[in-house]
Amino acid sequence: MITYLQNNYPEILSDLVQHLWLALIPIVVGAALSLPLGYLAVRIPSLYQPVVNVGAVLYSIPSLALFLMIPVIIGVGYLSPLNVLIGLSLYTLALLGRTVADALISVQGETTQAAQALGYRPLRQLLGVELPMAAPVLFAGLRVATVANISLVSVGALVGSGGLGDLFTGGFQLGFVEPIIIGIVLSMLLAGVCDVGLVLLQRRLTPWTRVGGRA
Amino acid sequence: MITFDQVTKTFPGGNVAVDDLSLELPTGQITVFVGPSGCGKTTSLRMINRTIEPTSGTISIDGEDVSTQDAALLRRKIGYVIQHAGLFPHRTVVDNIATVPFLNGVNKKQAREEAVQLLARVGLDESMANRYPTQLSGGQQQRVGVARALAADPPVMLMDEPFSAVDPIVRDGLQKEFLRLQAELGKTIAFVTHDIDEAIKLGDTVAIFRVGGHLAQVGSPQELLDNPADEFVADFVGRDRGFRGLSFVTADKLEVEPVRAYVDRATGARLVLDDGGRPQGWRFEEIGSPQPLAGTFTVEDNLRLVTDLAISSPAGAAVRVDHDGVADGVVAHEAIARHLTAMRRESER
Amino acid sequence: MLNYFGYLFDGANWQLSGDSSIPERLAQHVGYTLAALALAALIALPLGLLIGHTNRGAFIAIGLGNLGRSLPTFGLVLLLVVYLGVYIWPVLLALIVLAIPPILAQTYAAIRSVDPAAVDAAVGMGMRPLQVLFQAEVPMALPLIIGGLRNALLQVCATATIAAYASFGGLGRLLIDGLNRNQYDQVLAGAVLVAALAIALDYISALIERVVVSPGVRERGSRRSRRSRSAARTQSRTEESAVSTSR
Repeated sequence: MITYLQNNYPEILSDLVQHLWLALIPIVVGAALSLPLGYLAVRIPSLYQPVVNVGAVLYSIPSLALFLMIPVIIGVGYLSPLNVLIGLSLYTLALLGRTVADALISVQGETTQAAQALGYRPLRQLLGVELPMAAPVLFAGLRVATVANISLVSVGALVGSGGLGDLFTGGFQLGFVEPIIIGIVLSMLLAGVCDVGLVLLQRRLTPWTRVGGRA
Repeated sequence: MITFDQVTKTFPGGNVAVDDLSLELPTGQITVFVGPSGCGKTTSLRMINRTIEPTSGTISIDGEDVSTQDAALLRRKIGYVIQHAGLFPHRTVVDNIATVPFLNGVNKKQAREEAVQLLARVGLDESMANRYPTQLSGGQQQRVGVARALAADPPVMLMDEPFSAVDPIVRDGLQKEFLRLQAELGKTIAFVTHDIDEAIKLGDTVAIFRVGGHLAQVGSPQELLDNPADEFVADFVGRDRGFRGLSFVTADKLEVEPVRAYVDRATGARLVLDDGGRPQGWRFEEIGSPQPLAGTFTVEDNLRLVTDLAISSPAGAAVRVDHDGVADGVVAHEAIARHLTAMRRESER
Repeated sequence: MLNYFGYLFDGANWQLSGDSSIPERLAQHVGYTLAALALAALIALPLGLLIGHTNRGAFIAIGLGNLGRSLPTFGLVLLLVVYLGVYIWPVLLALIVLAIPPILAQTYAAIRSVDPAAVDAAVGMGMRPLQVLFQAEVPMALPLIIGGLRNALLQVCATATIAAYASFGGLGRLLIDGLNRNQYDQVLAGAVLVAALAIALDYISALIERVVVSPGVRERGSRRSRRSRSAARTQSRTEESAVSTSR
């Protein structure tokens, strides 16, 4: 195992880096888009159920199928990294859209009524009151989406953009277990680091959730 | 009869929840355990059906030590009602009520029929039978909870703050119905509450617990109001003990003045009656239409009610009616006070 | 554009017999998916119920759940095939192993989320432990338990698709073979069929859920308005979908 690592270090590293941006860009894009989507689904109640249903249907589609339908729809090549990026963004959006909507619904109550009575305009209230209150739920969803995406990127190896997934296919074709094991370990480590990173970010952004007495 | 014999419960970590409790709960009566948070009242209750086991001491029901019996079978013979009803959301109301009969192997059809009868007993309409708990209000769920506890006709019932989670008006209705039910059924009931007024209203015997699991005083509500054992009990029972004690004295010995001739000396007000003799209100000389009464009382009502009526009345007097609602007497503040003085002299002799 | 659908609409591919016909592949895919799910459930459900009911060993359920979520499914499948050979059973093993953590974690969470007052009542009325579990806890936890099974179903279906790379059968073969031969109509046929299968399986399992779960316990579409959802329940719902990850 160690020899394999030593011999193939540069390749492994570049796979890791590719994996990282293939996973994180869709997270950022998907999360960013999920905020307005979720907000609209709350503001316009008739939108809520369709958003949930479409999201559920989208999320039920196996990743490889999704990656291979996108080229047909938008006309890029089968091996373009856009397929993976767009596919994972759609997954993230499907998952987080509902999370945002449910989170915003759940924070409606006395605090938001007070904010409105104080004179907050809707956008400021959203950004300054509702989203911070919804932060724990939002971060929970974000962590799930992140770990999921990191696992799914490796499937992209079948369409030319696999990150660490290339270690899986490479290892398979040659019959070596070492690259596969290294790929699995690195992928899990990456997921773990991102998860911890998100937890730390959450703590930084929501200091009020950590202090306070026990009820 | 339920007997606690030197029962102690210490939780891991050292917390003494119940300390050397010895107490008798008379058969066929309601015994209320009352006290502040952390006084061990719920713990004591739950040791009766062994949902909590004592660290030492024994609890017996009609002479049989509960720890010698199979816990599950013991519990099926004890009705158990808890604060938020704890109904099974996945079963209909009828199937909820019939839970213990089902467990005992009673034929399902028969058990369900009997459950429907119980619905009427607890004041619910038969149409509720096939609804699910989530479709019921809090008060309705509580009634189903009581019906469920009664289904196997157990001689003993344990009730843990059953009426605390509903609003005061609903609670009042539930309490009245509960007393009516108990008058019919005569079960041995252990009832836990943190509300001293509820304890006084419902209990035949009241046991006041102190924080740390000590029994501060046991006795009838009247005894607790008249002779609190120490400052804690006096405080817990409340400042207006005397006034509340009046709720145990009926108005049957209270002298009243005749209705027709009655004139309030202070304001000159007269009582206005309708053709049937029922009171409509007080007419004052200056004001045209009669001012309505705050209420009326009968000979069965208690002195606390009568005093309150007299105080709230615009004419400073309470009006007594017979069972048809016909006014048959008036009693003013001063007369009530005289009556109380006479009562005191009586008791001192 | 139209020639993308050539494969899908070619009658020859829809014959009921023959190794590489669509119905054959479909049957393989569905068969392996359901078999793997059933075996995973056989292990994970009792274990989840036990851990949930006794609340001992919770760290196993939660830990395995987290572990399973971060394990790359593709990697595991290929690893087992390289180790154990290019047969069907290593892939099945991978499918089962990958399906256990979400079912286990979700079943555990489901039992723990049951209303404690109802459980207290059940015990206090004289139900024995197994009766409490099966007559009270499980029916109340059923929506979440079935939710976990549905998630696992979709995960297994998706992983079975990818396993075609390791010479596994099923509809994934259309995708892999199509890619290898640059036959893009075959690829699209495969993609559409796999997606349709997944959606159909999800829909059918939703119907099963409606039948099996008591009307008094259904959360979605119940009389409770969604506005009354508390933050805690939203968090637990997010965790509920959290168990579903790999597709």
